[in-house]
Amino acid sequence: MQLTLWTYEGPPHVGAMRVATSMNDVHLVLHAPQGDTYADLLFTMIDRRSARPPVSYTTFQARDLGGDTANLVTSAIREAVDRFQPKALLVGESCTAELIQDQCGALARGMGLTLPVIPLELPAYSKKENWGAAETFYHLVRGLLADRVPAPGAAREPRPAGRRPRANLLGPTALGFRCRDDVEEIARLLARMGIEVNVVAPLGASPDDIRRLPEADFNIDLYPEVSRTTAAWLERAFAMPRTHVVPMGVGATRDFIREVATLAGVDAAPVLAAEKAGDRAQHASASRAPWYAQSVDSTYLTGKRVFIFGDATHAIAAARIASEEMGFTVVGLGTYSREFARDVREAAQRYGLEALITDDYLDVERAVAEAAPELVLGTQMERHIAKRLGVACAVISAPIHVQDVPARYSPAFGFEGANGLFDAWVHPLVMGLEEHLLQMFRDDFEFHDGAAASHLPRSGGQRAPEGNVAVLERPVESPAAAGDPVWTPDGEKELGKIPFFVRGKARRNTERFARERGLAQISVETLYDAKAHFSR
Amino acid sequence: MNDLAAAASRLPPVVLRERGQREVFCGLTGIVWLHRKLQDAFFLVVGSRTCAHLIQSAAGVMIFAEPRFATAILTDRDLAGLADAGDELERHCVRLLERRPNISTLFLVGSCPSEVIKLDLGKAAERLNAKLLPNVRVVAYSGSGIETTFTQGEDNALRAMVPLMPASTEKQLLVVGCVADIVEDQLRRAFEALGVGPVHFFPARRATDLPAVGPGTQLLLAQPFNGETVRALVARGATLLEAPYPFGAEGTTAWLQAAADAWEIPASHFQAVTQPLAERARTAMAHARTRLAGKRVFFMPDSQLEIPLARFLHRELGMSLLEVGTPYLDRQMVSAELELMPPDVTLSEGQHVERQLERVRASRPDLTVCGLGLANPLEAEGLATKWSIELVFTPIHGYDQAGDLAGIFARPLERRERLGL
Repeated sequence: MQLTLWTYEGPPHVGAMRVATSMNDVHLVLHAPQGDTYADLLFTMIDRRSARPPVSYTTFQARDLGGDTANLVTSAIREAVDRFQPKALLVGESCTAELIQDQCGALARGMGLTLPVIPLELPAYSKKENWGAAETFYHLVRGLLADRVPAPGAAREPRPAGRRPRANLLGPTALGFRCRDDVEEIARLLARMGIEVNVVAPLGASPDDIRRLPEADFNIDLYPEVSRTTAAWLERAFAMPRTHVVPMGVGATRDFIREVATLAGVDAAPVLAAEKAGDRAQHASASRAPWYAQSVDSTYLTGKRVFIFGDATHAIAAARIASEEMGFTVVGLGTYSREFARDVREAAQRYGLEALITDDYLDVERAVAEAAPELVLGTQMERHIAKRLGVACAVISAPIHVQDVPARYSPAFGFEGANGLFDAWVHPLVMGLEEHLLQMFRDDFEFHDGAAASHLPRSGGQRAPEGNVAVLERPVESPAAAGDPVWTPDGEKELGKIPFFVRGKARRNTERFARERGLAQISVETLYDAKAHFSR
Repeated sequence: MNDLAAAASRLPPVVLRERGQREVFCGLTGIVWLHRKLQDAFFLVVGSRTCAHLIQSAAGVMIFAEPRFATAILTDRDLAGLADAGDELERHCVRLLERRPNISTLFLVGSCPSEVIKLDLGKAAERLNAKLLPNVRVVAYSGSGIETTFTQGEDNALRAMVPLMPASTEKQLLVVGCVADIVEDQLRRAFEALGVGPVHFFPARRATDLPAVGPGTQLLLAQPFNGETVRALVARGATLLEAPYPFGAEGTTAWLQAAADAWEIPASHFQAVTQPLAERARTAMAHARTRLAGKRVFFMPDSQLEIPLARFLHRELGMSLLEVGTPYLDRQMVSAELELMPPDVTLSEGQHVERQLERVRASRPDLTVCGLGLANPLEAEGLATKWSIELVFTPIHGYDQAGDLAGIFARPLERRERLGL
C-alpha cells in the first residue's frame, strides 16, 4: 500500500479517456463500477469541453458480481456502437473490473463487430495516467495501421520532387498543458519552414487520420510522455524518423528548428535569421523573450532561486529556460514521471542537483521547503505547496486546473510560448525596485514579509502564517542538541531582517558556521561572519 | 382500505425504473464534507489510485489546509499477497496519527477494490483498536461504488458509529444528517424558542462527541439519505418523527412542527415562533420566485435530495416538474415528501443516462439539475443547468437559507438573461 494525499496522475484508464476524448469517431467502453464516471467532469469542467467524453461505462454493482458481469460488457459495447457509431472502438477496464477478470477485450473481439476493436490492458495497480495514455495511443495507432506495415527492411519511398515535406504532430491530448495552442504555434512555425502538417494526433484526429500517419515524412514527438512509444514504433515499422527536441524555450525552439530542417531536408537559416534572439528592435522578431531578459529591468531576476517540478518534458525544458534564458538559479528539479526519470536525473546533474523522482506530494512539499526557493514552477499541486509556504508560483505542467486553460491564445511551445513563459514566471515575483525597498526598509509596517507584492491581489501573494514559516526555517526533526550554539536576542532579531525565503538557509548556515568553530553563542557579528564565509 | 393500500394510493403514479450507465459519484465522495464537519476525524480510504483521484476531482479544488483524508493505494504487491494488508494498514495508520496527534477517530473507508478482494476492514479496525484505544478509535465503513451512491457514504459512516453511541432513556431530540455549522446553530435557536429539547445533532462537530440514543430519543431527519442509520437508531429504541425535509419555509415549518408535536408545544406558541421566521424566508425567496414560477425543471439522479428539492421548487417557487430522478427510492425516508408531490409527477429511480438525456432533449427543460460531467455539454446544447453538487456543499437547510436555496436555482436563468451573447 502506498499512502497518498493528492495524486499527480490518475489511474491508467484516465489516460485512455484522454486519448479517446481528444479524438473524433472513437469510443471507449470502460468496464467500471458506479462512481468512475467522475472522470467525465475533468474534461467538461477543467477543459470546458462542450461534449461529454466519448466513454460508456458498464456501471456494475455488488449484486452483479455473483452473476453475469460479462453480459454487462457486451450489452454496453453493443449499445455504444449502435448509439454513437464510432469508426474505432477502445475497450478497457478500470481498477475494480481488472480484479474480476471478465476479459473484456476477448469478449469484444468475439462479438463480430465490423469496426476495428482495440482492447486495452491498463494495469491499474502498477501503472498510471500518462502510461495509460501512451499505451492507448500506441495500440490504437498500431491496430489501425496493422495492414499497412511494410515488410521488414523495406526502404522508404523518397519524397517525390516538388511535394512539400510533411510532418505529424504527435502527443497533444485533452487535459494536457496548453496543448491546444502549442499545436497551433508549432504548425505556424512549420509552415514558415515550408513543412506541411500531415496529421495532428490524438488531438482532433479521427481513425481515418490515423490511417494516414505513414504519409508524412517524419514525426514530431511533441509530448513524449504520450507519444514516444508511438513515435518509436512508427520509426521501427515505417522507417519514419522522429524528433528528440521539445520546442519549449527560445534555445530549445531554435534547436528544434535545426532538427526539423534536417529531417525535412529544408534550410533552417531563414527562420533562425528572422528570429534573431535578443533583437532590440521592436516588432523585428516574434521572439521577444531574450531581449526582455537582457534589458536592465530584468537585472533583479539574476540568481533568483527556482524550484521546478512537473512531468519530465516540461520540467527539463523549464530548467533550461530558467537557467539559460532567465538567469535564475535552479535549486530543485524533479518529476512524477517515473518512466522518464533517467532524463530528469541527467538534466539535474547539469545544475549540480540530485533529481527528485517521486509522486508523493508530501515529499515534494518537504523538498520545496528545504530548498527555500523564491519561485516554484510546477503543477497545480505545487501551486498549493507554494501558497502554503508563501512562495511565488507559476504552473508549467499537467496536472492542471481550470485556470491553466486560459481563454486567450497562450502556447508554452515555440517563440510565442517562450514570450508567454517569461511573463508568467516574472509576474508572480516582487518587482525589482520594490524588492530593493523591501530590503532597505524591512521594519515598515506595510512593507513587511507578510505583505504581498503591490501588483498582486492579497489572496495570490499572501505569505504563509507563522506556523508554516517555521517549517521553512527550522527542520522539525533536529531539535537543539546540548552544546549547540544559542542565538543571542540581537542575533535572532537581525536574522529576522533577512528575506523570508532565504532566512531558513541563513539560519542553518550560520548555525553550522558557529558549530564548526565551537561557538556557544550566535551574535549579530557571528551572523555576518557566516554570511561572508559562505559568500566566498 | 388498510394502511398499505392507503399509502400506495397516495404514491405518484409513475415511477420509471432504469438500469444502465449511471452518471453519479460513489460513496467515497461523502468524505469531502464529512472530513470538514468532523474536526477530530481522519478518513483513510483503502483503495486504488482511482479512489484518490475521484476524491480530489470531486472536491473540485484542493483544500488549502492539509486535508484530513488520504488513500492507502493498493498495489500489485498487496494483490499478490506479498504484503499483509493488516500490517500495511497498521504501519500507515501509526505514521498518519504521529503526524496528526489531534485526531481521535480514524475511519477506514472501504472501496470497490477492497470489497472485491474481500479485505476485511472491520477486522483491521478491531486490530488497530486493540493497539490505539483509548487515544484513537478506529471505525470501518464502506464507501464503495458497487454498494453506495454518492451521499450513501455519509449514511454508512454514521451507521458505523451507531453501535458506539451511549444508551439513554431520556426524552431528547436527535437531528440526523450532516448540516453546516451555521445551520446547526440556527436550528438550535429555533428549537430553544419552541421549547423543544434537549437537542443533539448527529454527527456533532467532533466524532468523539457521540450523542446518546434510546427509547426516549425522537429522530428528526435533516438529510434524506441516511436510511440505514435511521433504521439502526430505531433498532436501538429511537422513534422516527415523520416530516418533510427542512427546505424552504413550508418544509422547515412542517419539519419543526413534527418536533413541536412530539413535545406537545401549544399551537399558538408554535405559530408565534415560526410565523415571523417563515415570513422572513418567503421575503427572501420572493425575488427568485418571480424568475422561477412557471418554469419547467428536470432532475437527473444525484444526491437523493432530488425529491425534497423538487417538492420545494414546485410548491414554494411555482415550478413544474418534468422528471424527478433519484438514484434509489427509499420510501421510508421520503414518505412525507411523496405526499406533497403533485400527483402527475414522473419519478425515475436508477439511471440509464443516455435514455434520460434523450428525455431531457425531448422536453427541453428551462432548468436541468445534473452532475458536473453533464452540465457544460447540456449548456452547449442551449439548456440551462444547475450542477447538483453545489446543493450538497452549500448550507441550504432552514428558514434563513431558503432565499439562498431558491437563488441557487434562479442564478443560471438570471445569468442567461444578463449575458448579451
